[in-house]
Amino acid sequence: MSTTETTASGVGPVEGAPVYTVDNPAPLIEAPRKRTKKTPRSTRGNFELAAWLFMRLSGIVLVVLVIGHLLIQLVLDGGVSKIGFAFVAGRWASPFWQVWDLLMLWLAMLHGANGLRTVINDYAERPNTRLWLKGLLYTATVFTILLGTLVIFTFDPNIR
Amino acid sequence: MPAGTLYRGREGMWSWVAHRVTGVLIFFFLFVHVLDTALVRVSPEDYDKVVATYKTPIVALLEYGLVAAILFHALNGLRVIAVDFWSKGPRYQKQMFWTVMGVWIVLMAGAIYPVLGHAARVLFGS
Ligand code: HEM
Ligand code: HEM
Repeated sequence: MSTTETTASGVGPVEGAPVYTVDNPAPLIEAPRKRTKKTPRSTRGNFELAAWLFMRLSGIVLVVLVIGHLLIQLVLDGGVSKIGFAFVAGRWASPFWQVWDLLMLWLAMLHGANGLRTVINDYAERPNTRLWLKGLLYTATVFTILLGTLVIFTFDPNIR
Repeated sequence: MPAGTLYRGREGMWSWVAHRVTGVLIFFFLFVHVLDTALVRVSPEDYDKVVATYKTPIVALLEYGLVAAILFHALNGLRVIAVDFWSKGPRYQKQMFWTVMGVWIVLMAGAIYPVLGHAARVLFGS
């Protein structure tokens, strides 16, 4: 009558006898897409999670670095009027401000570039457009970080 | 208010729009800023010539705008972090938004004299 009736011993209505015994235990059914030695290692890491976390951690550090920078450049000691080659020479004579500017450069550029990557992902829908915009973004980012780093490390107060 | 508009058109959405716009603006500024700072490797004269334009009244106004963008992005960024990591953050997101706006207005008022003062002296004489 009932065709869906099953028993613990796995006796099927057709076989009439237990299918599984001690010598013939129930077959283990592999989960679909089970990882084996032959499957390649994970192709997708936790990049997006790392990027999400980086945006938050770098943001907290940037509050101090950037607002401190604006305070020094625009508010203290006469505001913008004092800025000039001599002022920069005085600041970069100190390793403390060199490291400050270097950290600010790297964190702000990477934070901003990753933010722009999100914006491109959101608005550029054609694969080609995305590819080109991101290529442009990454090129500009690498160029800016390298240039800024070079300028800090090779600054010469006696250039002329 | 029709259903399904708890987010749309309210504080949460507008703060997100403003966060995105200010973030993109600051990034473009930073790109140009590293280029102009690189002039210190060319010659002191070239650097000083470009920086002189930063001291004109019109650019001073742009600087005030940049300060506005950074302060909003920084304060609202801290709010976003609080929403994500503080267990009560999502419940207080609206109050935190208005706190951000309050602190922002106070800081912007405080920045008027330091950032725009020299421009006023150029325009109206000291
Ligand atoms: C209008 C406002 C600003 C002025 C007047 C200004 C001025 C300066 C000056 C004079 C320097 C030379 C080095 C020093 O004195 O530390 C400098 C470097 C730097 N500034 Fe600004 N700054 C402003 C806004 C910003 C903002 C908003 C950011 C970040 C988003 C920023 C990031 C940097 C970085 C990364 C460097 C190092 C550049 C390099 O490595 O060549 N600045 N800035
Ligand atoms: C001053 C301290 C800063 C803080 C606290 C901060 C915080 C944040 C946070 C938490 C996010 C993630 C928002 C989200 O996932 O919804 C974000 C996004 C972003 N930030 Fe910042 N940030 C700061 C400075 C900067 C700077 C200097 C730049 C530019 C160079 C920048 C550009 C961006 C961009 C373009 C985004 C993406 C916006 C989006 O996806 O809608 N931020 N910021």
